[in-house]
Amino acid sequence: MMSWEHFDHGADIGVRGYGASPAEAFGQAAFALTAVITDPATVNPKVAVHVACEAPDLELLLVDWLNALIYEMATRKMLFGRFAVRIAGNTLQGEAWGEAVDRARHPLAVEVKGATYTALRVEQNPAGLWLAECVVDV
Amino acid sequence: MDTARLIRRDEFTWEISPRGKMRVPAILYADEALIRAMDEKVYEQAANVATLPGIVRAAYAMPDAHWGYGFPIGGVAAFDPAAGGVVSAGGVGFDISCGVRTLHTGLQRPDIEAIKPVLAEALYACIPCGVGSTGSIRLNAREMSAMLTDGARWAVRRGYGTAEDLERIEEGGRMPEAQPDEVSDQAKQRQRDEMGTLGSGNHYLEVQHVARVFEPAIAAAYGLQEGDVVISIHCGSRGLGHQIGTDFMKKMLASAERYGIHLPDRELACAPIESPVGQSYLGAMRAGINCALANRQILTHLTREVFRDLLPDARLTLLYDVSHNTCKLEEHVVDGVPRRLFVHRKGATRAFGPGHPAVAPALRAAGQPVLIGGTMGTASYVLAGTAESEARSFGSACHGAGRAMSRHQATRQWQGRQVVDDLAAKGVLIRSPSLRGVAEEAPGAYKEVGAVVDAAHQAGLARKVARLEPLICIKG
Repeated sequence: MMSWEHFDHGADIGVRGYGASPAEAFGQAAFALTAVITDPATVNPKVAVHVACEAPDLELLLVDWLNALIYEMATRKMLFGRFAVRIAGNTLQGEAWGEAVDRARHPLAVEVKGATYTALRVEQNPAGLWLAECVVDV
Repeated sequence: MDTARLIRRDEFTWEISPRGKMRVPAILYADEALIRAMDEKVYEQAANVATLPGIVRAAYAMPDAHWGYGFPIGGVAAFDPAAGGVVSAGGVGFDISCGVRTLHTGLQRPDIEAIKPVLAEALYACIPCGVGSTGSIRLNAREMSAMLTDGARWAVRRGYGTAEDLERIEEGGRMPEAQPDEVSDQAKQRQRDEMGTLGSGNHYLEVQHVARVFEPAIAAAYGLQEGDVVISIHCGSRGLGHQIGTDFMKKMLASAERYGIHLPDRELACAPIESPVGQSYLGAMRAGINCALANRQILTHLTREVFRDLLPDARLTLLYDVSHNTCKLEEHVVDGVPRRLFVHRKGATRAFGPGHPAVAPALRAAGQPVLIGGTMGTASYVLAGTAESEARSFGSACHGAGRAMSRHQATRQWQGRQVVDDLAAKGVLIRSPSLRGVAEEAPGAYKEVGAVVDAAHQAGLARKVARLEPLICIKG
């Protein structure tokens, strides 16, 4: 099974990540976020950016994590293609590796305005697999 | 949507009667075909909005309503601060004051026919668009604050446009009572190099022609005749607005419990208008509106520069500038009593009728121009606000076609290159940094804008004045 995917939302798009832990699912959801914007396979993980978030629960932490990445992409004009996430209680420490946007190499679709609380879920299925998902506004 | 769950009040008015925690009914305006095609989520979201504290009269959905975030897109709701009314960051949306402005050019279609490809290339070269694009303007802290306080008036002061432009922008180009200090440093940082950029997704700059006039008297008042070439710009408050939305969704979600607000959906995060969080958001959101007005003003300036070089006879004057995602303090008569209400319009256009004092003097007798953005392959429309819309929807109408399918479905159905070639064969030149973006925005991915506009017209929300068809589209 693919470890990330998109799901449909009327005007926008949903990002979904799977993993053996919430942290892994968050990393895959971030990969799905990049895939909204471009083909993640074209992004070279040259530069690391550190991100830290804190939220009252795992679901809100997912929104914060994705919004932190959206902020870093927007202000650094970067795309990210590799992620490492550590979650301890209500806090998240993450690394995103990527490079500057290059129109010649990155097939760009659309920029993301923000991660939303719509269709927001972080949960473990009976088989033990974690899922992290929400809709992003484009 | 299942019509059996609705009470049909008249041919174009459908009601969800109050049930559960709903304080007021929800009213949907559309013809039967649009209602049947409408997402069930619109039902749920309109009913949820009707549960919020201080809501007045009803939660409304416009004919183009579709599944949004908390509020449906195409949603209108007014709140009374004296009755514990709320302001909602989700009810305004991420792209604060996203809107449309339309410019006259003084040209006729034959004037640009020969030069169309050159004009398309020049506009594409001069209008920053797409993911990661930047403008050439950099604002220091003081200028950022001035821009957020004064909106398009700041832009005109800096040489981007004329004083005449300002008369044709809602609020005279400056949303009063903006509080730049309530805008986070992150939001300002996101805007640092995004002034004068178009963005991506459904944002565009189009050169259009007036294909048909439906109401000659109003069209004349608006300065529109069949054959005229006009320009429409659709974009919003860029990164700054998006970050304000992100920041305040979080703050309002955290404070809702403290204020005793029950949220049926986290996305409806809101705060009492009279609370510190509510006031802080209003100050920041108004600054976001000013950012959008300044941004569209700068894009207008860039467009004028292109025309000045290529078509020196052109005179680019502003017809009007409307905003779609706002919350504004307005006076409305409810049950015969004038009340000051905070009206949220999420994917909806203000549509004040003839004689309304908020409409520019030159246009007042005709009513406010309502600019409806369509798709790059079909048409856009100019409508006029009506007196009836005051009682029907707090003076509001639809804002666009609304998507008929998701972006994924669209990319499965169309190739960007094919869309560009097909439209070129029909005389519409598309220039975009993103072929995938073009596929996602393919005309067929949207509802028929004509049906939405007809429903708005027949429901009395606005009158159909003119149909605009694209000739050139710069797509982000």
